[in-house]
Amino acid sequence: MTILSAMSQALFGAFVLMTIMGAFLAVRRSVMIMHSVLGLAVCMLGIAGLYYFLGSMFMSMMQVLIYIGALCVVLVFGIMVSYTPAEIKRRYITGKHMPLALAAGFFAVVPMGVMVFNADFQVNKGIPSGDIAPLGKMLLYKYCMAFELISMILLIAIVGSIILSKGGHVGGDESEEGGDHAQ
Amino acid sequence: MPSNEILIYLLLAIFLFAAGCYGLIQRRSFIRMLIAVELILNGAGLNFMAFSRFTAMEPDTGRAFTLFIMGLAATEAAIVVSVSLSAYRQYHTVDPDDVKDLKL
Repeated sequence: MTILSAMSQALFGAFVLMTIMGAFLAVRRSVMIMHSVLGLAVCMLGIAGLYYFLGSMFMSMMQVLIYIGALCVVLVFGIMVSYTPAEIKRRYITGKHMPLALAAGFFAVVPMGVMVFNADFQVNKGIPSGDIAPLGKMLLYKYCMAFELISMILLIAIVGSIILSKGGHVGGDESEEGGDHAQ
Repeated sequence: MPSNEILIYLLLAIFLFAAGCYGLIQRRSFIRMLIAVELILNGAGLNFMAFSRFTAMEPDTGRAFTLFIMGLAATEAAIVVSVSLSAYRQYHTVDPDDVKDLKL
């Protein structure tokens, strides 16, 4: 029992470490863009593990599927089509707004840290079930409107991204020529 | 001060949010800004999951909202990648500071 508990603690620590290191790698200044995407993938894997520790296997799987399986592939695709090989290989990039960025990070940490440390929560001791049937019912009854709206937004985004990547022109013959010219 | 368990998740969420803000304002390319925005959204999602696990009456509410956040993040990624591609075609740059007018 103690060995299992220690292993669980170690795994939790590993996931926390993965999240922190991944986020650090993703926003570091001197890093190649592909390593940045890799950092994001590692960070998302760490968060998926934390979701498992929060009692939801389903959300953990969704995190891996959506972020690592879909989003990172979309990012790599975007890098492939809009970066020159020299830009992909470039390691040292001067961040232009360094003091501003540091200040933003600082002002994000301090008020929220104060808030968190002064908060007083009534913590549930029970472990929630990982059953996904109530979640499905909730999505289709209570939050049906939000669910449908997000589906609609996804559809609009797909159509919009097709139009944008086609060159920003749709419609008659003249604009199609424009689109070909842009390619 | 909240109990030890939830505190770890909340501090991690703050860290993700701060790292995202830092990366977003550094503004070196569209893709890097997108990565930073994903970190911010995941900080929010982690908060939702932590509160739904530790304090909510109904733990599935936080999960539903985290799913919505994931859907919005995927939508936003598709749009940003195509905007980045479009901007690269027009301006031959990936630096958002060089894209000054909104004409496409």
